[in-house]
Amino acid sequence: MNGRDLILSRVRAAIAGSPPPVTPTPAINRVWEGDREAMVERFLDRLRDYNVGVTRTSGTVAPALAGILAGRGIDRLAVPTDLPAEWRPDGVALVPDDNLPHGALNAIPGALTGAALAIAETGSIVLDGGAAQGRRALTLLPDYHLCVVRAEQLVGLVPEAIAALVPNRPITFCSGPSATADIELDRVVGVHGPRRLDVLFVG
Amino acid sequence: MSTNFPTRAADGLRNTQQRRNLAKATNTIRGKTAKVTAELPDWEALREAGKAIKREAHAKLDQYLLQLEEMVTKAGGHVHWAADAAEAREIIVRLTRQAGTDQVIKIKSMTTDEIELNPALEEAGIRPYETDLADMIVQMAKERPSHLLVPAIHKNRVEIRDLFRAEMGEHGTGLSDRPPDLTRAARAYLRQKFMETKVAISGANFAVAETGTVGVVESEGNGRMCLTLPQVLISIMGIEKVLPRFDDLSVFLQLLPRAATGERMNPYNSLWTGVHAGDGPCEFHLVLLDNGRSKILADEVARETLHCIRCSRCLNVCPVYERAGGHAYDSMYQGPIGAIVTPQLRGLEEAGSLPYASSLCGACHEVCPVKINIPQILVHLRGRVVREGHAGKGEALAMGVAARMFGNQGALDWSLWAGRLGQKLLMRDGTLPWLPPPLSGWTLSRDFPALPEQSFRDWWQKREDK
Repeated sequence: MNGRDLILSRVRAAIAGSPPPVTPTPAINRVWEGDREAMVERFLDRLRDYNVGVTRTSGTVAPALAGILAGRGIDRLAVPTDLPAEWRPDGVALVPDDNLPHGALNAIPGALTGAALAIAETGSIVLDGGAAQGRRALTLLPDYHLCVVRAEQLVGLVPEAIAALVPNRPITFCSGPSATADIELDRVVGVHGPRRLDVLFVG
Repeated sequence: MSTNFPTRAADGLRNTQQRRNLAKATNTIRGKTAKVTAELPDWEALREAGKAIKREAHAKLDQYLLQLEEMVTKAGGHVHWAADAAEAREIIVRLTRQAGTDQVIKIKSMTTDEIELNPALEEAGIRPYETDLADMIVQMAKERPSHLLVPAIHKNRVEIRDLFRAEMGEHGTGLSDRPPDLTRAARAYLRQKFMETKVAISGANFAVAETGTVGVVESEGNGRMCLTLPQVLISIMGIEKVLPRFDDLSVFLQLLPRAATGERMNPYNSLWTGVHAGDGPCEFHLVLLDNGRSKILADEVARETLHCIRCSRCLNVCPVYERAGGHAYDSMYQGPIGAIVTPQLRGLEEAGSLPYASSLCGACHEVCPVKINIPQILVHLRGRVVREGHAGKGEALAMGVAARMFGNQGALDWSLWAGRLGQKLLMRDGTLPWLPPPLSGWTLSRDFPALPEQSFRDWWQKREDK
């Protein structure tokens, strides 16, 4: 018998005779119940808690991005090929990631992308390779990630995010920059991937 | 060699450095997990939901596995079935060879430890590089992990610095022992490996039957590197990890980080479905591993052992783990969950002492995010150890002697008199830290209370005489 048939027959024998469980799935919170502004505040607070640089603007995006980048001393960015025109900051060289070799991407100091959505309760940014996000390597190899989140992309809770995502896309949740506590439980921020994450919240 | 918990625990008890590290670690994590689990108003409902989903997944496990296979295949992936560790090793070695490479990068995976993959790869001339910081430390030191989540918790910064200086070539030269410097060195050392290695091997935290989506939850970004940059990705998962629906992730992505590291969300979660054109590996293999899990499923009391999501919260609240240390469990699964998983995977004959590695205080059951009744399963397994004749000979002998003694008043009185006389030589501060064999097995890991000067019967007798 091959492995597949063997495993399936063992599993079937193991569960034969036990009745299927009738436990009803208990109600868990599925939607944010507070008001919208409290949700935004929660999101920005959670980001700050992860040492993410947070900027909020209700105006045009490009000048706000230029300000953040000037503060970080970054003048060269890898960007997805479909970066919105109104996100192009002056004075910054933009390198479209048209399937760049990993080595080339690795040599660029930062990446600028949008997001699929964001979660207030956990301060997570969710990328799915959709509009203005590029492939996964784009937000992984450069040392710095600047992410634009628009107000209408923000949801309150994890279940709202799961319900909104398209399963067959490559999905990455980023909750702050990478971190480790493996050495004497001292938390060190910035292991692999971007060591610095900034978010521009628009709205 | 059999897993003898009492002997190994005695080593752990003597290791004061390790006890200090563990006390600090478990205390810190306990505080954080308590805070962030209390923060969610529906935490209890989430635990119930987690348990219910796992139960349902396991009650129809054959159907969900077949559905998972179908959906992964449809999305361009390949599914392999491994009935035991040997078959899993054979599949992974073959796939790596087919990719024409002699090195692989690995994401922290307990399942690959369980099947002892690394020695098999090395034997086949393939060098495995662990990329999780702690796993890399343990691998470089040629040791074994001592904690599910913080595998190198037994090593301090100076030991790690010396290791990096010896093993990391130019990246280790002149390195300090500050954790940020050590972490930077690991980043520089591994970056090249991430870029040049063609094959990555990972475990999986979940796989969704409905969509064929596989998920890995991590902190350091080494996971994203392995899942994204190589051409070939091989993921191995125990068959119990399957979830019925994509929506079930909304429960487990809340339970796992909060229970494991006390974070609202861990830094990175990756979810992928087969292969994605132009993004990530062009070849994806999912290896489904049984290796004793179907046997656990067949035991109706112990079945919920398979609910475990490997958060390690039970380790962090366990008084026995905190003192004995992870190596005492002689397994990649330590602590309370290890005490029930390992004997069931490896057999009671080999690991029959582990169900006794507990005071049955119940703290593990109280905090488990999927409500596994670990104490009940421990007691159930202890019963099986005795019934199936795997109890230690010394213990069986001692219990036999005790039964005869308690059945015979004269013998009991005599032995108590002899005991009171004999203990004078061994007593320290009212307890007996050492007893002669076969009772030494008991005092190896705990003190025995000294017999009182007078027995209750003697006292009663004298009171009656007055």
